[in-house]
Amino acid sequence: MSLQEELQGPPPAKLIVDHISKWFRQKRQTVHALDDVSLEVEEGEFIVIVGPSGCGKSTLLDIIAGLERPDKGRVLADNQPVIGPGRHRLVMFQESALFPWLNTFGNVMFGLKLKPGLRNRERREVAKFFLHLVGLEKFMEANVHQLSGGMKQRVALARALAPNPRVLLMDEPFAALDAMTREQLYGDIQQIWQKRRKTIIFVTHNVREAACLADRVVIMSPTPGRIREIFEVNLPRPRDFNSIEIARHASQLTAALKGYLAPEPALGVE
Amino acid sequence: MRRTLLAVLFFVALVAIWAALVHAKIWSPVLLPSPRSVMDYLTSSARDGTLFSASGVTLRRLLVGYFIGLAIGLPLGLLTASLTFAEDTVGVLALGLQTLPSVCWVPLALLWFGQTEGAMLFVVIMGTVWSVVIATDTGVRTISPIFARAARTMGSGPLHRWIHVILPASLPHLISGMKQGWAFAWRSLMAAEIYVTILTGFGLGHLLHYGRELNAMDQVIGIMLVIVVIGLLADKILFSPWERFLHRRWGTGRT
Repeated sequence: MSLQEELQGPPPAKLIVDHISKWFRQKRQTVHALDDVSLEVEEGEFIVIVGPSGCGKSTLLDIIAGLERPDKGRVLADNQPVIGPGRHRLVMFQESALFPWLNTFGNVMFGLKLKPGLRNRERREVAKFFLHLVGLEKFMEANVHQLSGGMKQRVALARALAPNPRVLLMDEPFAALDAMTREQLYGDIQQIWQKRRKTIIFVTHNVREAACLADRVVIMSPTPGRIREIFEVNLPRPRDFNSIEIARHASQLTAALKGYLAPEPALGVE
Repeated sequence: MRRTLLAVLFFVALVAIWAALVHAKIWSPVLLPSPRSVMDYLTSSARDGTLFSASGVTLRRLLVGYFIGLAIGLPLGLLTASLTFAEDTVGVLALGLQTLPSVCWVPLALLWFGQTEGAMLFVVIMGTVWSVVIATDTGVRTISPIFARAARTMGSGPLHRWIHVILPASLPHLISGMKQGWAFAWRSLMAAEIYVTILTGFGLGHLLHYGRELNAMDQVIGIMLVIVVIGLLADKILFSPWERFLHRRWGTGRT
C-alpha cells in the first residue's frame, strides 16, 4: 500500500446504535445507566452528545468503542456488530492518556505499530504527517511532561487519527483545557475534520461547544440515561465559537436541557 | 566540576581525620590501623590476586542469584497484581517473607544444600525475589486504567498490552523494587559468606571473616572498603542510567 493510499484511508463508517440498555450493578444498588438508546449516525457525520453528568453519555461512547458491553441491544458499525474495541473506532479521552514512557513521536507510533500491512518507514512517515497536521512536528522528540495541556490533546488527536480510524470517539477531550486553548482547538478540529472526513461522536456538557462543532446535537437526560431530542445545526463551516448564531443555538440547547432536568415533584409535597 | 571537587575534598578530609586519629595513638594500632597499612593490604592482595578472585566469586554469585531472583519475581508480581487468587496466596506469602531478614535464610540453606554454591544462590535469590514481587505488584496496581483503555482501543491485545503498556507504565516502581532487591541480595550474600566457608570459592565475605580470625584489622577495613565501592559502582552502573531515563521521561525529580 502506498503512503498516499494509506493517508487517504478507508471511508468513514455508518453507525447504528440499536436499542441499547445498560445497568451497572454495584454492591448496594444497581444504576440504570442507559435506557433503550437508539441513534443512527451517517458516514462522516459530526455528532455531539450533550447532557448533564450521570446521563450515561460517556457510557454510550464506551459501548460504541467496544470498551463496554451493553446489557441489551447492539451497536453496528457498517452493519457489523461491535463486539470489542478495535482500531477502526479510536477514542480520545478527557485526560490525554498519552503514555509517559514514550516521547511524542512514540505515542503517535503506538497505534500505527499495531496496524498491519505497513512498513516501518511508512509508519514513521504517517506519524510525521499527523504530527504536522496538528502543528507539533517540532515537538516530535519532546517528552509528554514537557507539553502543555493543549499540546497533549493535540498529540492525543494525532495518535487517534494516525491509524486512520473510520470513527473518532471523543470523550470531553477539551474539558480540562483553558478557554483560549479550547477555542483554538475548535478551529483546528473543524479544519481537520473537513480535511480528513471521519465519523465523529463527541461527548460534552458544554452546549456552546456542541453548537459550534455538530451537524446534529443529541440531548440526553439522566437516571436513566435517555436520548430526549436531536437538534440539527445548519450553519456554514468553519464556525466561529464566539458568533451570535452559535450563541443563539446554544441557548436553544440550554433551554431544551433545562426542560428535561425540571425536578420531579417531591413525594407528598404538592 | 565544583561538585566533584567538593566530593574529593570531603573524602580527603575523612582520610586525613582517620590518619590524625591513628597518629594521636588513642587506640591500639591493632584496633585502628593506619590508612597506609590498609592501602598496603589492598595493594598486596591485589598483586597476589586474592582480592580480584574473591571479588569475582562474590560478584558472580550476586549477579547470577539476582537475575534468577528477578526472573522469578517479575512474573510473580505481575501474577499477584492481575489474579485475585494469586494475590490472596502468593501475594500474602511474599509480604510475609519480605519482612523476614534475608540472613535468616542462611541456616535453612545450609541444612538443605550443605556448604555448596547452591546454598549461596538460594540465599541471594530469597533476598531478591520477595521485594521484587511486591514492587512489581505495587507498580502494576498503581497504573492509571486509562492507559490500558487507550491501548485497547488502538487494537492492543492482552500480551501486547502486558509488554508495551503495563510493564513500561510500572517502570518507576519496578526500578525502585529492583534496587531494593539488589540491596537485599548484597546484604544476604555477605551474611552468608561470613557465616559459612565454601570450598568452591572464597568470596569477599570470607576474606572479611578470616581478617577477623587473624586479628588483621587492615584486612577487615580494606575488604569493607571494597564492599562499599562495589555497592556504589553497582548503583551507578546498574541503576543510575535507568533512573536518569525515568526522570527525563516522566519529568520527576531533579534534572
